[in-house]
Amino acid sequence: MTNAYKIIDHTYDVVIVGAGGAGLRATLGMAAQGLSTACITKVFPTRSHTVAAQGGMSASLGNMGEDHWNWHMYDTIKGSDWLGDQDAIEYMCREAVPAVIELEHFGVPFSRTEEGKIYQRPFGGMTTNFGEGTAQRTCAAADRTGHAILHTLYQQSIKHHAEFYIEHFAIDLIMVDGECKGVISLDLATGILHRYQAHTVVLATGGCGRTYFSATSAHTCTGDGNAMVLRAGLPLQDMEFVQFHPTGIYGAGVLITEGVRGEGGYLTNNEGERFMERYAPNAKDLASRDVVSRSMTMEINGGRGVGPDNDHCYLNLMHLGNDVIEKRLPGISESARIFAGVDVNKEPIPVLPTVHYNMGGIPTNYHGEVVTLKDGNPDTVVPGLMAIGEAACVSVHGANRLGSNSLLDIVVFGRAAALRAAELIKPGSPHKPLTPEDSAPALDHLDRIRHAKGSTGTAQIRDNMQRTMQKHAAVFRTGDSLQEGLVKMRDIVDSFDDVKVDDPNLIWNTDLVETLELENLLHQAQTIIYGANNRPESRGAHARDDFEERDDENWMKHTLAWTDEKANVSVDYRPVHMYTLTDDCEVIPPKKRVY
Amino acid sequence: MAEFRLPSNSIVGPGKHFPAPEGATNTRTVKVYRYDPDSGKNPRIDSYDVDMDSCGPMVLDAIIKIKNEMDSTLTFRRSCREGICGSCAMNIDGGNTLACTMAIADIEGDITIYPLPHQPIIKDLVSDLTNFYAQYASVEPWLKSDSPAPPDRERLQTPEDREKLDGAYECILCACCSTSCPSYWWNSDRFLGPAALLASYRWLADTRDDATGDRLDDLEDPFKLYRCHTIMNCAQVCPKGLSPAKAIAETKKMLVQRRG
Repeated sequence: MTNAYKIIDHTYDVVIVGAGGAGLRATLGMAAQGLSTACITKVFPTRSHTVAAQGGMSASLGNMGEDHWNWHMYDTIKGSDWLGDQDAIEYMCREAVPAVIELEHFGVPFSRTEEGKIYQRPFGGMTTNFGEGTAQRTCAAADRTGHAILHTLYQQSIKHHAEFYIEHFAIDLIMVDGECKGVISLDLATGILHRYQAHTVVLATGGCGRTYFSATSAHTCTGDGNAMVLRAGLPLQDMEFVQFHPTGIYGAGVLITEGVRGEGGYLTNNEGERFMERYAPNAKDLASRDVVSRSMTMEINGGRGVGPDNDHCYLNLMHLGNDVIEKRLPGISESARIFAGVDVNKEPIPVLPTVHYNMGGIPTNYHGEVVTLKDGNPDTVVPGLMAIGEAACVSVHGANRLGSNSLLDIVVFGRAAALRAAELIKPGSPHKPLTPEDSAPALDHLDRIRHAKGSTGTAQIRDNMQRTMQKHAAVFRTGDSLQEGLVKMRDIVDSFDDVKVDDPNLIWNTDLVETLELENLLHQAQTIIYGANNRPESRGAHARDDFEERDDENWMKHTLAWTDEKANVSVDYRPVHMYTLTDDCEVIPPKKRVY
Repeated sequence: MAEFRLPSNSIVGPGKHFPAPEGATNTRTVKVYRYDPDSGKNPRIDSYDVDMDSCGPMVLDAIIKIKNEMDSTLTFRRSCREGICGSCAMNIDGGNTLACTMAIADIEGDITIYPLPHQPIIKDLVSDLTNFYAQYASVEPWLKSDSPAPPDRERLQTPEDREKLDGAYECILCACCSTSCPSYWWNSDRFLGPAALLASYRWLADTRDDATGDRLDDLEDPFKLYRCHTIMNCAQVCPKGLSPAKAIAETKKMLVQRRG
């Protein structure tokens, strides 16, 4: 059956899958270093979800007061609830300063201070002097920082003549004897398959927010690279750690940046009380996201939510004044008006914790190289494969990411991957020819979904999955509910055997694409809920009612999760890196996390 | 020779009707342009009676509901659903806009949806924007500077100079403006259109950019810039509230000023 497809072959030094911030930074870096580079993306680059990032990118520039990357490193480790790898965190926080300077040199239209420097705002969990004061560390272009960065990176990619394959859906990696040799994609506009052979494939495919019912993530955030890695027999890491952003617009799920609270906004309950003062006496509304989301959930569960059903909270920014709102927060004023019918100058925004970010993903080292546990070595590099951005788990975010560390992550590790690829690959070096068998699994996979003639619609199965994940793997988790969720998810995964694809054609077949995406989501959902049930402690974004304390003795370790064809999960573990890269900083030993 | 009639394979015929599920009392009819490239048939208008009691408030919610529950072959682009990625630009109720920020309640009567006008259609609401993107790239929309950047800090820019970029940098490349411009409909092979000209102006206005002269030289052409006749459709439809027409006027002013 596989002979039925027309396939166009390409060879490149490197192929990047995904054109968000991480993918574009890697693409332009590799192209600029003389590697023949292709970037495959399922949406036009500026439509990638980086574009929706609002608040900013952290870097200890010290433009608005004293700052040091050591402090940023401390905050990130504390934010990660000691699940982050400290060598990688050191690398990210140290490289943050040159990374943001480089972006400015590329032309990013950052907001400015009176002195003409990059404007920086406070953000949750970002402190000075190891937790003492509030840092202004988050570099912002009004509240459209992701848009500003993504468009600039795309412009730089055009400048460097990077080759793009746009609106190509990646089907699968080509794996030969445990090495990645390339990737196969479907060109949506023509329905023709493309096979790319490359010395290195870089997965920059983002997160899988759409495993849940209510997410700030775009419809396209389906973690396709994560699922390709699972199908290649490799594990994902720490998938149980899913960040709920405190301020998604109630109902619509649309993001309202933490920058609102950075600029002085605050949350209230139905008594008008600034309840964060009770939960985080020092940081208040600028505690880290897991803490704020849990506090809001406790207010709502305690009957103190706002609205007719007491089921959400208010975000107040009326007191900030027109000037701050117009200059610093114009985008969210527009979002609040359109999606909540609210004039932010006069009324609070109704908000609810909403799925936002996957701390987990494809395990990598700080060069972006994918690693796995093999023959007892937890840092075995998978040849020919890299992962960066939200798709990756370096792990710099551990159990909870700090706001504004993700725009940082994508730029720093996009660049790191480009540097590593230039070290490893000699431009234009020859490829060993592929055999038809090497691509057979990918083609069989496509065939199986394309000709799925069951009786259950893709949307029905997706809805079942999203509602189950929302209910059973939420802000607070308990063993009973997780186990109930696991049973439901088993049935939902099995129901995929009966899926049907109605559209028989290959040109722009979004029925087919959504079904491939659903299969990808199902496997990731399984790793999330299985991992959550498997981890009997509370750490960062993973909060168990039945195990309220962090258990460093037994659980300060990364979960590795594999899935088989039927999305049955098996797990093992990798140690957390409790060491630094250099002597310029100290290891931060675990302690109780208070904000 | 100018052709005054639509080619015969472009004539839109009647399509299928999808009734609302039984028991639905509050319905709206959504009429959607359909074109199936694999069938070789002419485009058609399908109509869907959508149950509004279980539908979100935006037009995008309605077409996603149609795809999920009534007709999974309906094809359109969408991603962020919050008006920042620019994927779901289409012609709704006669105007170009984003389906995700267009409220159903703001439309009277049946909801009519076509793809963006005057672009080749790939399938249903998916139009081919290759020329649009190529024009964007043709204005070389990146920072060009003669002076080297300081090695370990940012270039300085005053808040006042930075403000000159407001209204220019926020473009999301949705193509609503260019594909609503009659001048662009006639001359899209040579007129750059409002979106590309706004992108060009974004760099002309940036005090960090040193290539103003080269950029203006490139635009000084009977077609690239001067086919803008201030029709203002671009400003009227922009879902982000930007005014490409103003940027174009500013660019023309810069050209006049440098003549002295």
